[in-house]
Amino acid sequence: MPEVDVRLDRVTKDFGETVAVDDVSLDIPEGEFFSLLGPSGCGKTTTLRMIGGFEEPTRGTIYLKGRDVTDLPPYKRDVNTVFQSYALFPHLNVYENIAFGLRRRKVPKDEIDQRVKEVMKLVDLVGFEKRRPSQMSGGQQQRVALARALVNRPKVLLLDEPLGALDLKLRKQMQLELKRIQSEVGITFIYVTHDQEEAMTMSDRLAVMRAGKIEQIGPPEEVYENPQTEFVASFLGASNLLEGELKESANGVATVLAIGGTVVHLPAERAPFRVGTRVKVGVRPEKVHIAVDDGTEPPPGFNSVTGILRMSTYIGVSHQYKVEGPGGHTLTVWVQNLGDTPPPHPGDRVRLAWRWEHTFAVLPQEGLVLEEEE
Amino acid sequence: MGATTLTTRADETGLAPLHRPNKRWTRFILPGFTWLMIVYLASPIFVMILYSFNDVPVVPVKQTPKFWGFTLRWWRDPFGVPGMPEAVRLSLEIAPLSALVATTLGALLGLALGRYRFRGKGPMNFLIFIAIAVPEIVLGSSLLSLFITWPDVPVLGSFAPGLGFTTILLSHIGFSVAFVAVTVRARVQTLDRSLEDAAQDLFADPVTTFFKVTLPLIAPSILAGFLLAFVLSLDDFVITNFVSGASATFPIFVYGATRIGLPPHVNVIGTMLFAAGVLAAVANLAIQSWRARR
Ligand SMILES: Nc1ncnc2c1ncn2[C@@H]1O[C@H](COP(=O)(O)OP(=O)(O)OP(=O)(O)O)[C@@H](O)[C@H]1O
Ligand SMILES: [Mg+2]
Repeated sequence: MPEVDVRLDRVTKDFGETVAVDDVSLDIPEGEFFSLLGPSGCGKTTTLRMIGGFEEPTRGTIYLKGRDVTDLPPYKRDVNTVFQSYALFPHLNVYENIAFGLRRRKVPKDEIDQRVKEVMKLVDLVGFEKRRPSQMSGGQQQRVALARALVNRPKVLLLDEPLGALDLKLRKQMQLELKRIQSEVGITFIYVTHDQEEAMTMSDRLAVMRAGKIEQIGPPEEVYENPQTEFVASFLGASNLLEGELKESANGVATVLAIGGTVVHLPAERAPFRVGTRVKVGVRPEKVHIAVDDGTEPPPGFNSVTGILRMSTYIGVSHQYKVEGPGGHTLTVWVQNLGDTPPPHPGDRVRLAWRWEHTFAVLPQEGLVLEEEE
Repeated sequence: MGATTLTTRADETGLAPLHRPNKRWTRFILPGFTWLMIVYLASPIFVMILYSFNDVPVVPVKQTPKFWGFTLRWWRDPFGVPGMPEAVRLSLEIAPLSALVATTLGALLGLALGRYRFRGKGPMNFLIFIAIAVPEIVLGSSLLSLFITWPDVPVLGSFAPGLGFTTILLSHIGFSVAFVAVTVRARVQTLDRSLEDAAQDLFADPVTTFFKVTLPLIAPSILAGFLLAFVLSLDDFVITNFVSGASATFPIFVYGATRIGLPPHVNVIGTMLFAAGVLAAVANLAIQSWRARR
């Protein structure tokens, strides 16, 4: 059992009237790549800044390696940060930027030199020692910021949207590089991002935040496959959600009667609510089979609805279908382009089917504003 | 007919024809105006330089536009006028001293105003604005009243300086502080706060953070403030005239001298000061381009 590196115990941060972080508890084990994911203003940066020591929690306790550090200033914490804007010192060259932390810790000169060279090799910046930050590209500056933090060999590295300023291609490249470096140095990464794809591809575990609260924590697959709230279901990838009521829960199978008369079954442990509760049942677009409706019932163990195909979009590797289902709901379906059956056409009556186990149920949330994904 | 078109359009080098610059006379307007302005602004300086070599027969001369001929006489003995060495010396003592004190106080003030929230910040900003905006004549006369009534103040009265070196120094510090403060404040306000966070993240305590990060980053504005204070002190006439008593700084001396006749030596000193200024500007440029290249 790996040691717990970072622990947040019921941490709250108020800025006057605003509650930036609201009663958050977290345990992050040693060596984990942990992501904080959430929309703008949900409190990710504030959480990270409290771990780094730049903000003091209004309530609650923060532990690093079991030690209460809540009142410790940043310069006494064994944690380093890669800032969103990099915050490289403009008056120092790359070498001095990277050596800054080691110099403050009075590390002997030879060792500084050796460690700086080592880390510059790690982030592939050899030859840039004498450059000023202003003379480097965004990606290079990002790597200097990373090297400047890593060279101190912190127990925990905090990264605040470190790739936010980069273009898509460089971003993908740096994602891989970060992941490689993390597995090479083996320290805990706490990574803040609002990009769900980035969080899913990089993290061992992630926490989805909304309005200062953590909605769900878990490995990416788990959070994706079994979202616990409507917000998580919609923020992390696309979801088809149908409103309904939990009618029955027996023999390990829960039954939901959705608007429009559709009956949806799912494993009972995925709908741990009381019978009669208003819920939303959901399924991911890629889990749904689509076929022209010829009257055949789906095989046992499948949920199914029929509807009219309204739109078909060809995306190369896949097709995206928009189907008008019962009760006027629009359902999205992604089908890989295997090319062995002719695709249905707009206007066709189609049947959608998916497995019970791929269904999840969440409680409806008030005030969710989610933009249609493109 | 593609080939024909190609040969007619391209010149002998095979490249597209050169773009001919605009030949209309209007393109001379802006450069012409610029040069006119330069001449207008610089001509008094050239006259001053020229007249520092003016071979006037008697000293002091009543203001005369005549150029008598070329001489190096005044350059060989630039201080050869009674009273002038003392005046130049007083100016060169007051200027660095007042600039130094004003820079120290002004930089701290600018740092506080640019960075922190504290009680009295609003009034302080307003006071600085007032100190810059108020006419010198008002400042000078009020300073004079202050210095005159100072000896009558109980207890503090025994520290009252007579009009002279100390009062000039105090006045110069007073009006320079505001200028240094606004210069430094402007820089501090644009300083990226996350740089100081980064320093603390990298194990620098607040004091180290200040000396290793904040100070180097605002140093250019502090230097600019110092130079500004230095020049303001060197140059000031109105306020100094109120508080100088029997002492005379260089501007006071020159003003006094013009009433009997301006000695050509003044042009020499003026030329020297101007040269020093030019030198400082060139040095500044050189340092900046050297830094940028490094
Ligand atoms: N210093 C501050 N003073 C007042 N309010 C603040 C301060 N810092 C953050 N907030 C507020 O706290 C909330 C959370 O801010 P935070 O910076 O943690 O969001 P975030 O999740 O990092 O967002 P983003 O993705 O846009 O960076 C926001 O509503 C913000 O306005
Ligand atoms: Mg943020």
